[in-house]
Amino acid sequence: MGEWWTTEASMENYEISSISHVTMSPSRQNNFVSSYSFPLAKSFYSVISAFCTEDNILQCISYINQELASLGLSSTYIEATSPEGTGLNAVPALNAMYELLQIHRRTMSTVEGLEKEQLKKSSTMELMQTSNTRLKDQLELSIREKSGLHEMERQLQLKIKTLQSCLKTEKDEVQKLQSIIASRASQYSHDAKRKEREAAKLRERLSQLLVDRKDKKLAIDVLNSLGRSDGKRGHWKTAKATASHEGEMYKSLLSDYEASQKSLMLENAELKKVLQQMKKEMIHILSPRSSSGRGATADDSLEQHHDSDGEEKTGDTSRETLDQSCEHAREQLTNSIRQQWRKLRNHVEKLDSQVSQVQNQLESNKEMIPLETHEDEMERMRCEVQQCKEFIHAQQQLLQQQLNTSFDDETAALLNDCYTLEEKERLKEEWRLFEEQKRNFERERKNFTEAAIRLGREKKAFEEDRASWLKNQFLNLTPFTDRRRCSSSDGHSALSVRSEPEIRSSVKAQLAKSSTYTTFSTPRSSQSAAVPSTPELYRTLRLIPESSSSRHSNRGLWQECSTIEDGDNRVKAKNGGRCSDLSIFSMGEDENSLN
Amino acid sequence: MNFSEVFKQSNQLCKVSPDGKYLATCVQYRLVVRDVSTLQIMHLYTCLDQISHMEWSSDSLFILCAMYKRGLVQVWSLEQPDWHCKIDEGSIGLVSSRWSPDGRHILNTTEFHLRITVWSLCTKAVSYIKYPKACQKGIDFSRDGSYMALAERRDCKDFVSIFVCDDWHLLRHFETETQDLAGLEWSPNGCVLAVWDSCLEYKVLLYSLDGRLLSTYSAYEWSLGVKSVSWSPSSQFLAIGSYDEKVRIINHITWKKIAQFQHPATVESTKATVYKEVERRPAVGTDEMSLHNITTGSTLFNTQSKYEICSLPVQVPVVKPDPDRANPKIGVSVLAFSSNNHYLATKNDNMASVVWVWNMQMMSLQAVLEQTSAVRCFQWDPCHPRLALCTGNTKLYLWSPGGCVAVQVPTEGGFQVHSLNWHCSGNSLILLGKEQLCLCYMETDEEDK
Repeated sequence: MGEWWTTEASMENYEISSISHVTMSPSRQNNFVSSYSFPLAKSFYSVISAFCTEDNILQCISYINQELASLGLSSTYIEATSPEGTGLNAVPALNAMYELLQIHRRTMSTVEGLEKEQLKKSSTMELMQTSNTRLKDQLELSIREKSGLHEMERQLQLKIKTLQSCLKTEKDEVQKLQSIIASRASQYSHDAKRKEREAAKLRERLSQLLVDRKDKKLAIDVLNSLGRSDGKRGHWKTAKATASHEGEMYKSLLSDYEASQKSLMLENAELKKVLQQMKKEMIHILSPRSSSGRGATADDSLEQHHDSDGEEKTGDTSRETLDQSCEHAREQLTNSIRQQWRKLRNHVEKLDSQVSQVQNQLESNKEMIPLETHEDEMERMRCEVQQCKEFIHAQQQLLQQQLNTSFDDETAALLNDCYTLEEKERLKEEWRLFEEQKRNFERERKNFTEAAIRLGREKKAFEEDRASWLKNQFLNLTPFTDRRRCSSSDGHSALSVRSEPEIRSSVKAQLAKSSTYTTFSTPRSSQSAAVPSTPELYRTLRLIPESSSSRHSNRGLWQECSTIEDGDNRVKAKNGGRCSDLSIFSMGEDENSLN
Repeated sequence: MNFSEVFKQSNQLCKVSPDGKYLATCVQYRLVVRDVSTLQIMHLYTCLDQISHMEWSSDSLFILCAMYKRGLVQVWSLEQPDWHCKIDEGSIGLVSSRWSPDGRHILNTTEFHLRITVWSLCTKAVSYIKYPKACQKGIDFSRDGSYMALAERRDCKDFVSIFVCDDWHLLRHFETETQDLAGLEWSPNGCVLAVWDSCLEYKVLLYSLDGRLLSTYSAYEWSLGVKSVSWSPSSQFLAIGSYDEKVRIINHITWKKIAQFQHPATVESTKATVYKEVERRPAVGTDEMSLHNITTGSTLFNTQSKYEICSLPVQVPVVKPDPDRANPKIGVSVLAFSSNNHYLATKNDNMASVVWVWNMQMMSLQAVLEQTSAVRCFQWDPCHPRLALCTGNTKLYLWSPGGCVAVQVPTEGGFQVHSLNWHCSGNSLILLGKEQLCLCYMETDEEDK
């Protein structure tokens, strides 16, 4: 059905489109439109071409007037100026023409508008067409799908049918098997019974046979009969004996029941006690809560209060009737307990819900302001750390104090002794060093005084030399020119020229001497030949220690300078290893003392 | 813990007299009676054939020796060694022989369960009880010895007869609601008789002494049912072990289930302690133990065992039974209450190497003993809460609430413990090997070191 409709629609479409084509482009001729429009037009044109001739001007005019009148242009009436019709009244003709032109323009514009509209319509048509085709495709697709689903459904139906049949057969089989089993079971039981009966019969027969045979072997051979274990004699089987057996049996049963009843009674009493206790406690727990909870929710608390009142009442009554231990009392008791329990449960549930609410709140809070809490926590922890630090510090101080003060006298004395002993040792050592140092200083002072004396002497000698030199100079001013020339060529060493070999010897002797010494020694070179220099003298006299023999080297000089500068430093430098030991020791001691 | 020297025995026939003074052992056709304290031979009796069953009378004065093949029973007296008694069942045959509780009657069950012959030693009188049922436990005497319950089968129906043991008067005779009665057992107080159906149906019936049906208990249908039943010594509980690997505890007031103990393959109970036996070879000559072993000359073949406490959960070794075979090895086959009612020991057949100890006060699993081999036998100390067990190797295992210990039996030639029996005082233990026996003395002051 649907398909048929679509083809119909397309056919119509096609027609419409073909028409629109014609209107849009008149150049494209369509056969079946032109087939009946053109012949008409042609005939019309042929008539028109000969519309107005010389002969029929008047008819034409009248015709045109008629036409104009029919067009509603009755106001303008074309008239011939001459009855023959050769002339035409111009004004109405022109008016009519103008009117016609106006009409023509209007119609043209409307035609244009219509054409535009037509175009629009056609485009929408096209759109519709495409959408239509799309929809058609979709429809087709869905139809195909539908058919596929139909097919599947059919298959499934088939499957279900087969499965159902299978199930049916299985069921049948199960039934069959069950019936088989049942029949087998009955068969088996029947057979078993039969066999058993047979066996019983056989047994019977066997025993009968055995009895009949009077088996000689079947015998008891006892040396002499024994007495009964209880010492009594055997009884005859009498009715009395039977009765007594019965009686005994019932007695034992009765005693057993009594015992069990007693134990049950005991247990019951115990349980009752527990129940009472529980009840009391429950009442105790529940009553203050209800009073406190009154503030929170009025109606609830009221109800509870009412409940608890009723509870107490029932509790009292149950307590009263408990001792009666009858059905009624028990019922009451259990009822009251049940009620109490319900209340307790409600209470607990409520508490639970409260707790969960609080937790939820907490959680939500956590979610809401995690940063702030974090910050706060951090701040708090910082504070704590600070506090802890302070605390530790204080503790340390206290500990130190404790250590310094809290020794008891004996240990303190002992420690002091130790310390003093050590101190003494140290002092002794220091003292020794000091002594040595002092001696060195003494020696050096001596050296210096000697040196000063020597310097004085040398100075004196120098003065004398100068005096003599000045004297010579003065004397040279006299006409002894050769002498003057000689002195000018050899500057200040002129005087040493005189004692050349002596100088060389002194240089040789004091090769390691610094230049200052040489300069010093130069003036007294004359003396040195006769008198050895002071250091030499000291050395020969062994007044200067061997270690300081190198003092005359640059290093030695520096050392001397340093000693002059700072005696203590020198001491330290001298006994380097020792000193460091000492210092460490002393530092240690310092610490000790601190502690 | 001390061990006696090894004695010979055969057929694992070795019993201590009820008064605890004498030890009777059978060696082939000889019956040897020893003093328990000194182990000196007091009497030696010679029977006519190899002894297949031996039993003390309740007053410890007589010993019954049954020779089933010959259909003969011989009775010996301790007081009068020259007194003798011989009962010949003749061509009717003999499958079981037992004392009556008074020690003056002997009950012989003939072949094919044709009848039970009651022989009186006092009067030489003989009486017959017909139609006894051949089943797991068809006859039971009440603890005080006054009544005997006997399962019977007549016209394809089960009956129970209750006799007064005094004069074998039939007190009650009633039909039971069972398909195929498998066993019956008196409660220790002698007032309730538990009767259970064969394994095809889970059904336990409780009868009063006067034959009234007190209650019926059935846990499930359409599956293999009851495998073992045991009363607690206080008669408060009836433990029923079944093929579904569970033990159900029935109480004595409502006769309803109050607890159910499962035997899972994975022990997860947090209350339970799992002891696992770990075997290891002794370190050669490092400690006294090995030195001791060298002196006994059995180091090479003996391994030492110790228990390790496993952390839960523990996987217990399970053997899947063959479903096509009859009497499948599955379900709780052994139940034993401790003498003080506090503990119940069980063994599930498809976990043959495991003994489960349940606490009856907490109604929960207390301990699981996982052995390296299948448990042969276990028994509670009659005086203390102490369980002894053996697994057919050279070791004796003891459990008490305080812990677990494995002891090597220090005998020559690898004494393998197949079975054990407590002395009634609880101070010593009789260990039975294949053809030997040995006494183990507990230290009374310091319990299982």
